[in-house]
Amino acid sequence: MFKLITTDRQNYRMKSERLFQYFLKLSGVLILMMAIGIIVTLIIGSIPTFKEFGFGFIYSPDWNPTEGRESYGALPFIIGTIVTSLLALAFTFPFAFSIALFLGEYFREGRMASILKSMIDLLAGIPSVVYGLWGFYTIKPIIVELGLNAQGFGIFTSSFVLAIMIIPYASSLSAEVINMVPSNLKEAAYSLGATRFEVVKNVIIPNAGSGIFAGFILAFGRAIGETMAVTMLIGNSNNIPTNLFDLGNTMASLIANQFGEADGLKYTSLVAMGLLLFVLTGILNLIGKMIMKKFTA
Amino acid sequence: MESTILNKEDEKIIQIESTILNIDELSVSYGGDKYSIDKVSAGIQKNKITAIMGPSGCGKSTLLRAINRMHELYPETHHKGSITLGGEDIYKINPIQLRRKIGMVFQRPNPFPTMSIYDNVIAAYILNGIKLKRSEKNEIVERSLREVGLWDETKDVLHKRGTFLSGGQQQRLCIARALAYKPEVILLDEPTSALDPIATAKIEDLLVKLKKNYTIILVTHNMGQAARISDYSMFMYLGELVEYGKTKKMFTTPKDERTEAYLMGKFG
Ligand SMILES: Nc1ncnc2c1ncn2[C@@H]1O[C@H](COP(=O)(O)OP(=O)(O)O)[C@@H](O)[C@H]1O
Ligand SMILES: [Mg+2]
Repeated sequence: MFKLITTDRQNYRMKSERLFQYFLKLSGVLILMMAIGIIVTLIIGSIPTFKEFGFGFIYSPDWNPTEGRESYGALPFIIGTIVTSLLALAFTFPFAFSIALFLGEYFREGRMASILKSMIDLLAGIPSVVYGLWGFYTIKPIIVELGLNAQGFGIFTSSFVLAIMIIPYASSLSAEVINMVPSNLKEAAYSLGATRFEVVKNVIIPNAGSGIFAGFILAFGRAIGETMAVTMLIGNSNNIPTNLFDLGNTMASLIANQFGEADGLKYTSLVAMGLLLFVLTGILNLIGKMIMKKFTA
Repeated sequence: MESTILNKEDEKIIQIESTILNIDELSVSYGGDKYSIDKVSAGIQKNKITAIMGPSGCGKSTLLRAINRMHELYPETHHKGSITLGGEDIYKINPIQLRRKIGMVFQRPNPFPTMSIYDNVIAAYILNGIKLKRSEKNEIVERSLREVGLWDETKDVLHKRGTFLSGGQQQRLCIARALAYKPEVILLDEPTSALDPIATAKIEDLLVKLKKNYTIILVTHNMGQAARISDYSMFMYLGELVEYGKTKKMFTTPKDERTEAYLMGKFG
C-alpha cells in the first residue's frame, strides 16, 4: 500500500518534469518561429518594391511619393544613417574610451567606480524620447545660438544626442574587455619598469584592441537602429545631406515618420527599408559578437 | 651589514662573502595591521642562488615582490623595515629605476602575446619608450637569447609570436626578457611549477649558469629543486623567516624543528 503511493508520486514527478521540458522546448521553438515570421513578412512585404525598382531601390537618390511620378530610393536614408551614426561614434569615442579605461583599469572598484557605473546605467535606462526632448529643448537652441544651422535640427544635432545615448554600450563592453586583460601580462610589464601609462599603451590596448573595436561596432549597430530621438531632431528631409549641419533622415526616422500615411508602393518601400535596416544591424551585431567571442575564447 | 642569520657558523661565511641585498626587519602588510611577513632579516649573497621555501601562503611571494616593490601594485600595502641594494635604500629609488636593476620571472610563462619573440626580448625598451638602433636591438636580442640557451631554437623564427613556443621555451624567453636590461638581481617566483620535468631541468641548469653574472633569488615549493641548485636557502613559515643558511647545511642539519618537519615532508 505504502509502496504504491511512492511509485505514484514518482510517476507524477516524472510527468511534471517531462511537461516542464516540453514547455521549455515549446517556448524555444515559438521564439524561433517568431523571428523567422518577422523576416518572412518583411521579405514578402517588400517584394512589390523590389519588383518595381530592383536593386535600384538601394542606390536611387529619389524619394518621391507624388502620384503618377512615384519613385522610391533608399540612398538618402542609407547615407543619412551612416553619416549620423559615424559622427555619433566619433563623438562618443574619446568619452567612452576614457570611461572604459577608468572602469576597466584605473579604478576597478571603490566608490568612484560604483558612482560612474550607476551613472552609466542611468544613461542607458533613459527612454529614447526623453533624449529627444532634451535635444530639442537644450541642444537645438545652442546649435541655433552658435549659428551652426538656422533651425537647429539636422545630422549634427542628432549625432550629438546619439553619441550620449551610445556611450553606455560602447564603454561598458570595452571596460569589460579591458578588465579581462590578464593581470600576469600587466605584472610582467610593471616588472620591466613600465609606468601605468606605458602598461595601458603597450599591453592593455594591444591586448584588448579587438574587443574594444567589437564594443564600438555593437554601439554603432545601436546608433543605426535608434529611432525616436533621431526622428525628433534630424529635421526629416528626404534629400541627400551635403554637409554635417544639413537636415536629413535616417532609415529608422523615415519609417517612423511616414508609416502612418503610407499605402501601396510607398508602404512596401518602407517595409523594404525596414528589411535593409534589419540586415544592416544584423550584420553589424554578428561581426561584433564574432570578434567578441574570439576575444573571450 | 647587520643581518639576522639564524645559523651561527653560516653567519661568518655570509659575512665574509659579499652581501648585495640586505633585508632588515622587513614587515609587509596588504592593508590594515595584519602583516603577511614579519620582521624578516637576511643578507642575500652576490652571484649565488638563494632559494625561498615554505608552505603555501607563508609569505614567499610577498617577500620576493617586496624586493622589486611589485607588492606596491596593491594600493593598500605598506611596510616596515628596509631593504638595501648595494647599500642603497630601495624604497628611496624610483620603483621604475629599481625594477630595471632587479628583474622578475613569474610562475606562469607570460610572454606578451601581441609581440614577436624579438620584441618580447626587448620589451623593457619598448615599454619604456627607449629608442635603440637596429644593430643595438639585434645585439641585445642575440645576447639575451644566447644567455638563456634559446638562440639556436629561435633565431629563424624571431618574428613569430612568442606564444608559439613551448611552455619551457616561453619561460626561457621570459628570463631573456628579464635579462635584457642586464639587471643585478633576478627574482623568480616558482618559475618551473607550470613546466614538465625536462623543461624544469633545463631551467635549473640555466639558473646555475646565470649565477656567474647575476644574483638569483628563487621561490620554490620544490625542495628537490632548492637542494639541487641553490647555495643558500630560506625556510619561511607563517610570515616568519625561520631559518636561513647554506643549503647543504640546512638540508643535512636543520637548526629549527619546523624546518626539519618541513624538509621531512610534514607540511605542504
Ligand atoms: N594581494 C593580496 N591582498 C591581501 N592579502 C594577500 C595578497 N597577496 C597575498 N596575501 C596574503 O599574504 C600571505 C602570504 O601570501 P604569499 O606571499 O602569496 O604566500 P606564498 O607565496 O608563500 O604562497 C597570505 O596569507 C595571503 O593570503
Ligand atoms: Mg606564491
